[in-house]
Amino acid sequence: MAFDAEAASARRRWVTSRVIIYGLLIVFSLIYILPLVVVILNSFRDLPEINHNGLIAWPQSFSLDYWYQAWDTYCVGGTCAGVKGNFFNSLTMTIPATIISTALGAMNGYILSKWKFRGSDALFACVMLGVFVPGQLSLMPWSWLLGRIHLSNSVYGLILIHCVQGLSFTTLFCRNFYVNIPDDLVKAARIDGAGFWRIFWKIIVPISPPILIVTVIWQFTGIWNEFLFGVIFTTGNQQPITAALVALGAGGLSVHAYNVSSAAVLIGALPPLLVYFLGGKYFVRGLTQGAIK
Amino acid sequence: MASLTIRNIFKNYGAVEVLKGIDIEANQGEFIALVGPSGCGKSTLLAMIAGLESVTDGEIWIGDRMVNSVAPKDRDIAMVFQSYALYPTMTVRQNMLFGMEARNVPKPQQVEAIKRVSALLQIEQLLNRKPGQLSGGQRQRVAMGRALVRDPQLFLFDEPLSNLDAKLRVEMRTEIKKLHHRVGKTTIYVTHDQVEAMTLASRIAVMHKGQVQQFDEPQVVYSRPTNMFVAGFMGSPSMNFIPAQLVDDGGKTAVAVPSQSGGSTKLALYNGAASRAPGKDVIFGVRPEHLFRYSAELKAQKPAIVPLTVPVELVEPTGAETMAVMKVGETEIVGRFDPDHAPQMGENITLGVDMAHVCLFEPTTQRLI
Repeated sequence: MAFDAEAASARRRWVTSRVIIYGLLIVFSLIYILPLVVVILNSFRDLPEINHNGLIAWPQSFSLDYWYQAWDTYCVGGTCAGVKGNFFNSLTMTIPATIISTALGAMNGYILSKWKFRGSDALFACVMLGVFVPGQLSLMPWSWLLGRIHLSNSVYGLILIHCVQGLSFTTLFCRNFYVNIPDDLVKAARIDGAGFWRIFWKIIVPISPPILIVTVIWQFTGIWNEFLFGVIFTTGNQQPITAALVALGAGGLSVHAYNVSSAAVLIGALPPLLVYFLGGKYFVRGLTQGAIK
Repeated sequence: MASLTIRNIFKNYGAVEVLKGIDIEANQGEFIALVGPSGCGKSTLLAMIAGLESVTDGEIWIGDRMVNSVAPKDRDIAMVFQSYALYPTMTVRQNMLFGMEARNVPKPQQVEAIKRVSALLQIEQLLNRKPGQLSGGQRQRVAMGRALVRDPQLFLFDEPLSNLDAKLRVEMRTEIKKLHHRVGKTTIYVTHDQVEAMTLASRIAVMHKGQVQQFDEPQVVYSRPTNMFVAGFMGSPSMNFIPAQLVDDGGKTAVAVPSQSGGSTKLALYNGAASRAPGKDVIFGVRPEHLFRYSAELKAQKPAIVPLTVPVELVEPTGAETMAVMKVGETEIVGRFDPDHAPQMGENITLGVDMAHVCLFEPTTQRLI
């Protein structure tokens, strides 16, 4: 009997501790998810209702119209064409910048780990500085340079900026991954008759998916979400969506259309969210996994 | 014509001298083993032959071509690495094709080479697998296959068996030997295992501290080592070294080794050069297998045998033979005995020392006298 009583109390304690743990976890996840829920709900409510019941309230009305407005007709900074132009600006900026910076990072990593030369470690240390130097420090030099090469107020200027600014991170990621690939592979390939490029394409790149996925996700979300350079170096229809959202929030004289803003914000957040959904698994795996043995 | 000639090679890493004047020559079809303890420079030398390391000074010739500044791919060599270095994302077939594709070997010839080599190494059933799906021994075969498809002038092996377990290592050793007989290519083989060097090589270069200590046929290296390092490195258990003195023994030269009682025992040299200076200090070297239990019959069979009585400290049976640790003066020596005639612990055994096979070394220079 004594034994049973003990078992029962142990079980009770176990249940209590589980309830506390899960309860706390649920509370915290609610805190994290609440802003998203509020924004999603508001993107479907009509404006009088929002003004009457407040931002945080259960929807009494439902319409997809605000999404349509945000996308196609809403007036941002004087033009009334929604954020679709800015959305495509962001795509035209993010996709090439991600691809170019990742490709360059992989090349750099390959050279700095497998084709070391006199001073290559010092060079790597210099590249590393780019990881630690805050982006705003380079605002003035960029402004000067973009003016000189006539890329001010242009998506192409932003592509250039993000390629260069991202290089430090992509180089760091790839180099640290490649350092763990045995040098013997490269030596064997050199004796086999392969040169610099054949070794890169046939041996290094096929081993690289884990780190390339990490780098692409990192770059894509980083470049998409970045808005400092976008706000400063572009205006109007050249702005990426993040910069346009700033203009949207700045409101101006008219009544603030919370529902349209919510929809616009969600449109701007969709691509990185999608990337995390699709690639998050590989991201964690790639960050924790070493190179193949 | 020599297929590999190494002339007075030096290698420095900054102020560190790794190789100090290496001279080695390999004749067509020879199997040369570079053997030595870790850090002796043998792998560096191999990497220099392959062209993976630069030459600080000296010349490397492959065939009749000086290759000091020739790229690895143009040296007409193939190399098997200790880590096998198989390309992990490629199948076995692709691994073997890689070198031929890089060299634009015609397709039919590629197919033919894969067929020939995979049959030779019995890896036909593995051709479509990836290296990760192979066992250690299979990877080893594939690594050799990748070298063989190219039909190079020179094969380089860098400790190819040291990642295998003991049993497999012996098997693969035999295979490599068979393979070399069949293929007949000049081979340079780096190992730290003196047994591998002895069994495989037609000539052994024993290296130590960046220098070749001795470069000769295995049996010569084993029985006439040029110095105490070589004598101690080759053979297991290694040669016994006993401090001794040359003395005159009735007109013949003998070695006086310390005896139990505090005096000395004279062991007459078999090839007894009388001219040797009596009173000279020497190191007396004798291998464990040249110590026997003394008997009259043995003396009749082997006239070079002389008696020496010593106490037995420890006996270690291994099954096939029994090792015994004995004491000559203050020096411990090891003997290798037939289990039927093995000494007992605590016994004072009278050894028969086979003086036909002993070595004498100069104590200061450690060179063979």
